[in-house]
Amino acid sequence: MNVRIVTLSIDGRDVGAREGQTILEVAGENGIEIPTMCNLTGLKPIGACRLCVVEVAGSRKLLSACTTGVTEGMQVTTDSERLRNYRRTILEFLFTEGNHTCAVCVSNGKCELQELARKLGMNHVDVPYRYPRRDVDATHPRFVLDHNRCILCTRCVRVCDEIEGAHTWDVMGRGIDSKVITDLHQPWGSSTSCTSCGKCVHVCPTGALFEKGHSVAEMAKRRQFLPYLSTMRGAKE
Amino acid sequence: MSKVKLATVWLDGCSGCHMSFLDMDERLLDIADRIELVYSPLVDHKEFPEGVDVTIVEGAVSSEEDLEKIRKVRSRTRILVSLGDCAVTSNVPGMRNMFGSEAIMDRAYLENAQENRKHPDKIIPPLLTQTRPIHEFVPVDVFVPGCPPSADHIFSVVADLLDGKTPDQTRFLRFG
Ligand code: SF4
Ligand code: SF4
Ligand code: SF4
Repeated sequence: MNVRIVTLSIDGRDVGAREGQTILEVAGENGIEIPTMCNLTGLKPIGACRLCVVEVAGSRKLLSACTTGVTEGMQVTTDSERLRNYRRTILEFLFTEGNHTCAVCVSNGKCELQELARKLGMNHVDVPYRYPRRDVDATHPRFVLDHNRCILCTRCVRVCDEIEGAHTWDVMGRGIDSKVITDLHQPWGSSTSCTSCGKCVHVCPTGALFEKGHSVAEMAKRRQFLPYLSTMRGAKE
Repeated sequence: MSKVKLATVWLDGCSGCHMSFLDMDERLLDIADRIELVYSPLVDHKEFPEGVDVTIVEGAVSSEEDLEKIRKVRSRTRILVSLGDCAVTSNVPGMRNMFGSEAIMDRAYLENAQENRKHPDKIIPPLLTQTRPIHEFVPVDVFVPGCPPSADHIFSVVADLLDGKTPDQTRFLRFG
C-alpha cells in the first residue's frame, strides 16, 4: 500500500501525517487535545456539534477538526480567544436547550457533557435557560430514553446503523424541535427493528440513554466493544 | 486590619450549601477571626444591612420574596457569590419550570392535601412563573457551582476573597 505523507503545522508545531487523516486524528496523535462531543472513535465523524472547530490559515470559516482532512502545508490553530468563545457558547447552548439537572441525573459524575463543562471552565451559563417540556420514553423493557438530557449528537443513530445494522434510531423535526426517534416515531418498546443490544445506551455521552435499575450517578457507560466491532465491520465492507 | 463584613443568604435551596459551608470545620475558626458575620440564616439578624463586603447566596430565585431579597442584597453588597447549582443553574427547584407554577401549586395544595384544599393566600410568598438562576436577575461576581459545592471548594473561594484576591473559579469546578 502506498501511503502518502503530508506535513503541516498545528499550533506552531510541525507534524507529519498520513494523507486522508483528519485534523482531529493528527492532533490527537501529537498530544494536542481538541474538545469534541459528537465524535466517537469507531463511528463516522459528522461534524455536528462544532465543538472541535479550529482555525486554518487562509480560511475565514472555522472548520470542524473531526471532518477536515489534513493537506500539505496546512497551518492549524486549535486554541485561541475566538475559538474559546465559540466553544463556550456552543457548550452553553447544549446546557440550555435541554434540561440538565446533574444533581439528580443517572450520569452525574460519569457524563461527558458535565466533564467538558469542567474542562472548559464553564462555571455558569450566560444564555438564558429554555426549560423546554420534553418527554421520557421508558417503554423498552431494559432501557430508558430521557429527551431532557439529549444533546442530539446522533451517536446512538450512528452506532445502531453502522455497527449493529438495525437503524432503529433517526432524527425527526427541525432546529430546536429536533429529537431522536425509534422506528417510525413509535415507543421504543414497540420497535420491531431494535435488537436490544444496548450499543446506543453505551455510546451516549450523557444520561439521555440509560439502563433501567440505575439511580442517580450510577450509570457508567462501557464502550470497549466499539473499536473492535468497527474494525471488524470495516474489514468486511 | 478591619474585618471583612460577610453575609450569607438562603433563597430556594435545601440548605445543603450552608451545611457544606459548615463542613469547612476547623477552617471556620480561621475565617471567623477575619470576618464579621453581619447577616445569615445561621445567626439572628432581621434586616439585611448596608455596606456588606461579601454576600454568599444559596438557592434559586423562585418567589416574589426571593426576587425582592436578591435585589436588596445586590444593592448593599460589594461582591456577590452564587453558591451551589440552585443559585447558578436553578437546579432541582427549576424542575418545576416545564409545568408552570399553577400546576405545582395544584399538586401541593389541592391534589396532595388531606384537608383545607385551597391555594394559600397569606404567609406563603407567591411563586414567580419560573424559578431561575440569580444571575438572570442581578449581576453575580463569583460562581461556585456544585450540589453542594465541596467544603474545599467553598474554602478556596472564601479564602481568596478574604485575601482580596480574585478567586480561582476553575480549580474545584463541577456541576452536580
Ligand atoms: S446528562 Fe450530564 S450534563 Fe446532563 S444532567 Fe446528566 S450529568 Fe448533567
Ligand atoms: S439497543 Fe441496539 S438495536 Fe436497539 S436501538 Fe440500541 S443500538 Fe439499535
Ligand atoms: S440519545 Fe444520547 S447518543 Fe442519542 S443523540 Fe441524544 S445524547 Fe446523543
